[in-house]
Amino acid sequence: MATAAAHHEEHPGGLTRWLFTTNHKDIGTLYLWFAFIMFFVGGAMAMVIRAELFQPGMQMVEPHFFNQMTTVHALVMIFGGVMPAFVGLANWQIPMMIGAPDMALPRMNNWSFWLLPPAATLLIMSLFMPGGGPAAGWTIYPPLSTQGGMGMDFAILTIHMLGFSSILGSMNIIATILNMRAPGMTLMKMPLFVWTWLITAFLLLAAIPVLAGAVTMLLTDRHFGTSFFDAAGGGDPVMFQHVFWFFGHPEVYILVLPAFGVFSQIIPTFARKPLFGYSSMVFATATIAFLSFIVWAHHMYTVGMPMAGELFFMYSTMLIAVPTGVKVFNWIATMWRGSMTFETPMLYAIAGVFLFTIGGLSGLMLAITPADFQYHDTYFVVAHFHYVIFAGSVLALMGAAYFWLPKWTGHMYNERLGKLHFWLTTISFNVTFFPQHFLGLAGMPRRIPDYALQFTEFNQISSIGAFVLGLSQLLFLYIVVQTIKGGKQATDRVWEGAEGLEWTVPSPAPYHTFATAPQVK
Amino acid sequence: MRSNTRIATILTVVAIAMFGFGYALVPLYDLICDITGLNGKTGRVDAASVQAAEVDQSRWITVEFTGHTTSGLPWVFRPLQKKMRVHPGETAVANYYVRNNTDETITGQAVPSVVPGRAAPYFKKIECFCFSQQTLAPREAKEMPVRFVVDAKISQRVDTITLSYAFFNTDKASAKKYGGDPMAVNHDGHHVHAHQAAPDG
Ligand code: HEM
Ligand SMILES: [Cu+2]
Repeated sequence: MATAAAHHEEHPGGLTRWLFTTNHKDIGTLYLWFAFIMFFVGGAMAMVIRAELFQPGMQMVEPHFFNQMTTVHALVMIFGGVMPAFVGLANWQIPMMIGAPDMALPRMNNWSFWLLPPAATLLIMSLFMPGGGPAAGWTIYPPLSTQGGMGMDFAILTIHMLGFSSILGSMNIIATILNMRAPGMTLMKMPLFVWTWLITAFLLLAAIPVLAGAVTMLLTDRHFGTSFFDAAGGGDPVMFQHVFWFFGHPEVYILVLPAFGVFSQIIPTFARKPLFGYSSMVFATATIAFLSFIVWAHHMYTVGMPMAGELFFMYSTMLIAVPTGVKVFNWIATMWRGSMTFETPMLYAIAGVFLFTIGGLSGLMLAITPADFQYHDTYFVVAHFHYVIFAGSVLALMGAAYFWLPKWTGHMYNERLGKLHFWLTTISFNVTFFPQHFLGLAGMPRRIPDYALQFTEFNQISSIGAFVLGLSQLLFLYIVVQTIKGGKQATDRVWEGAEGLEWTVPSPAPYHTFATAPQVK
Repeated sequence: MRSNTRIATILTVVAIAMFGFGYALVPLYDLICDITGLNGKTGRVDAASVQAAEVDQSRWITVEFTGHTTSGLPWVFRPLQKKMRVHPGETAVANYYVRNNTDETITGQAVPSVVPGRAAPYFKKIECFCFSQQTLAPREAKEMPVRFVVDAKISQRVDTITLSYAFFNTDKASAKKYGGDPMAVNHDGHHVHAHQAAPDG
């Protein structure tokens, strides 16, 4: 292993530094900025959706464009926002948390990042193609997705590229965690963020190729005369739903398990107590990951499955609530009688756990087959997945940003502004999405640009919440930039209750850390 | 770091295997559906085994017929009877009418579906125009029979079964010509919704 000083010489400045970098911190930063930009792009589309839904009738956009917005918003947020953001966190934190000098496969790391910008460009370009972008919903069910113009092909290619990037990223993460741990860092001593990422990486590796297969079949159905899903040639459109959700349900856990890892880092730090039930946390995470592969048809209760199938998927889905409950219990037990303080990251973690639990409960309602016949494809589902994805994953990401920014930049962020951002975000989030539960229960369908008059008030509340939520994120951008530029010097430990290797290196973390592996007791 | 490349190799194999598994899911699901009769896939039986079955004279089941052509198949296609009443176990015949409205020879394939889904495994077709592709000469018209039997073991709670067919043009180029072009875009940049070749009944 070369010395740190020798490495510093191969640290070019300017654009080439970022293009050719193999440094895990640089790549982590790239991922995080990419995700941040995508978050604003997807957010702008959400604003279009909520503006159109502010009143019944058609005001702002054509229905076809509205459908493109719901579709591309989801694709951008899932594949461009949340997933890359967590990979960014993994890049920055995993080597520092396990005492490794870098990721195991640094060159591949560079490549997996640089697949993202062209993929995102392709997706955005699709909106400008004749016939517009993909408009079949992010689930791209045939027959709608075997029709449609070039935009759909662009989307398919985007999914290929983003999927490829995720697979490379997850291979790297697995290799890093299995091979590069400092001496003494046994698996059961790893920080929970590392554990959740290890399991997520396996989920990615198993699920993303299935999605790649599904969209490839769509592509060949569209252009090369195959008939996997095309009924004309003896294919079956419902088959696509099965293949898609075999990927799709594990995917939702890909989005949320690293968030569980983040909660499990932040809560002990600010409760000044070790995490309650460490090994049960690891176990619960693995159980959730396993179960996520046998519940997919809860998205398809209404396609006409036989009773046995409906029952199987209902019970297996409800079973997931058990390990999830274990986790929530452990977080609460960690806080129990802790000497808690409520800095911004902790606020995010507590709100994240609380609101995620609401999403889990609406999930349980949806899991009940006969009830789902009413809730399916209504705004209730929209409310459910925003409570789990926004409140679970995105709040965790924001909390993680505040938690680790001092380590990354060497500066403390502005605590007052951070708290303001927190309250604006969580309140407006609830104003946006809580009314959608009632809209859904009352029968308002999702992905439709118009609605019946009686839904007006709740939609207006929701839209106002959404505009505040969107604008509040500009404050987040401001805080991040302000922290990068300056601020109070952060200590190495940053937080009084912080435990773990990443807090033993200086703030800001030097370009190379743990060139010689630390000894973990 | 040899073992990093080893792990990467193993994981690549896993990823490729999962890609293959995605494809394998298609025949796997089909197999399961065929075995269990899920997904409205209707059973097919031969005449001999039907003769042996008992007829349940005490029950009536109403069988309804519908059918339509999809965009891209310029045929007239309709059932010649809207519904009929049969006893479980009894062999019956229904007829569909089909006419090629063009001056070209066209081949189509009918895809059947049965609702309710739980009746599907008990609805057995002995003879059906959907078992093979149908080719119609220019302006040709004909009647096509479906010979079927409703298995006597069907649930007591089913009293009506609907058999429907979607008729597709098997040739994608020809389908495109007759308005079934999935990629068609009109001048506003909107997707064209091709008109169906007027089915009735
Ligand atoms: C206790 C745990 C959960 C249960 C029981 C559950 C159950 C369900 C059910 C039954 C549906 C289908 C509703 C329908 O379409 O009719 C659904 C939809 C959905 N869930 Fe969950 N869920 C849970 C957790 C999660 C988590 C953790 C996430 C993501 C982080 C998530 C994301 C989604 C998404 C994105 C959809 C909608 C997909 C779509 O149709 O576009 N769920 N959930
Ligand atoms: Cu699911």
